[in-house]
Amino acid sequence: MVKEIERAGIPVVHMCTVVPISLTVGANRIVPTIAIPYPLGNPSLDAGDEKALRRKLVEQALAALETEVEGQTVFEN
Amino acid sequence: MSKIRVVHYINQFFAGIGGEEKADHKPEIREEVVGPGMEFNKQFGDDAEIVATIICGDSYFNENLEEAKAEVMEMIKKYNPDIFIAGPAFNAGRYGVACGTITDAVQNELNIPVLTGMYEENPGADMFKKNVYIVATKNSAAGMRKAVKVMAPLALKLARGESLDSPEEEGYFPRGIRRNYFAEERGSKRAVDMLIKKLKGEKFVTEFPMPDFDKVEPNPAVKDLANAKIALVTSGGIVPKSNPDHIESSSASKYGKYDIENVTDLTDETYETAHGGYDPVYANEDSDRVLPVDVLRDLEKEGTIGKLHRYFYTTTGNGTAVASSKAFAAEIAKELVADGVNAVILTST
Repeated sequence: MVKEIERAGIPVVHMCTVVPISLTVGANRIVPTIAIPYPLGNPSLDAGDEKALRRKLVEQALAALETEVEGQTVFEN
Repeated sequence: MSKIRVVHYINQFFAGIGGEEKADHKPEIREEVVGPGMEFNKQFGDDAEIVATIICGDSYFNENLEEAKAEVMEMIKKYNPDIFIAGPAFNAGRYGVACGTITDAVQNELNIPVLTGMYEENPGADMFKKNVYIVATKNSAAGMRKAVKVMAPLALKLARGESLDSPEEEGYFPRGIRRNYFAEERGSKRAVDMLIKKLKGEKFVTEFPMPDFDKVEPNPAVKDLANAKIALVTSGGIVPKSNPDHIESSSASKYGKYDIENVTDLTDETYETAHGGYDPVYANEDSDRVLPVDVLRDLEKEGTIGKLHRYFYTTTGNGTAVASSKAFAAEIAKELVADGVNAVILTST
């Protein structure tokens, strides 16, 4: 899906936990996330901290979208 | 001759420990035959036996790749097997990645022959088919017996260090290895024969398939985020509560498009996941954990982004055919372009 959206001319950032799969499917901007069942959360945190964590990850994704990349790039935390 | 010693790797599901709720199961080893190992032992007869079975949860392995790999390697080392078999994983993505990762590591670091099996669209197949022998299987466990029938004799050959026949004859994915052999006819004759078949529109088999590189170059970065329209897309199956369009929990045949114009937060009363390939408890409690609508609304209000696109798109990426996902995304992308979306955040579970 990432590839088809990119192909249509829209920059796309893939947020996912299993980065090797993302690399295989051809995502160009990749932001690693927390866990498979809750990529953008962490149920062991209280609601406030969890939202702060999610915000940090989304900000990273937005920063990735603002970054020019040559090929596949993983934006590590 | 003594029996060939086999160590077998399977996931929590095939070990009968549990489904997605147990996918975080840590690696354990049992000195017995478990689950699909029975079928292997049957096929091995007196030639080989499974001396130990390693069981690991698919999520645990994929979320902790390096640690899980190291733990499993330690376990395997102790049994000094003649061959290490993983799976078969069919179309289970995380299981396939685990089988590929661990067989690749065992082959390289322990110098023990390895074998695994999976469906051609399993991401683990693309990742590892050049490195290790992977038998092509059906896309579901219904193909177990057939898969083991191909895998068991191949495992014996590998354990004995015998040379294998071609991928077509043995049933594994081509690894791109070329081997010399005596053909009955010379190259020029074979090439002309092939050309004539092609001209006639008949079927022919190439002797050197061209690799299929389908890379899409990255698009330029977003210049003006504060005025950009950002859309959310997910393969994590987030849908309005009760899944109004009945998106399938696996092998999805469709995607959903949902209006979030006035939505600032996804709650357990309004949204859930339709995805059957991960433990749904956390996403059902708070779907923002997969589709971060709450945070993007905040960022929109604060002016960091221009606008969160009115619709989000969703499907379940669980066993869904690559061709389907491609078709969904091509349609989705067309709409996004028409709607003037400047960038997409795509989340996956």
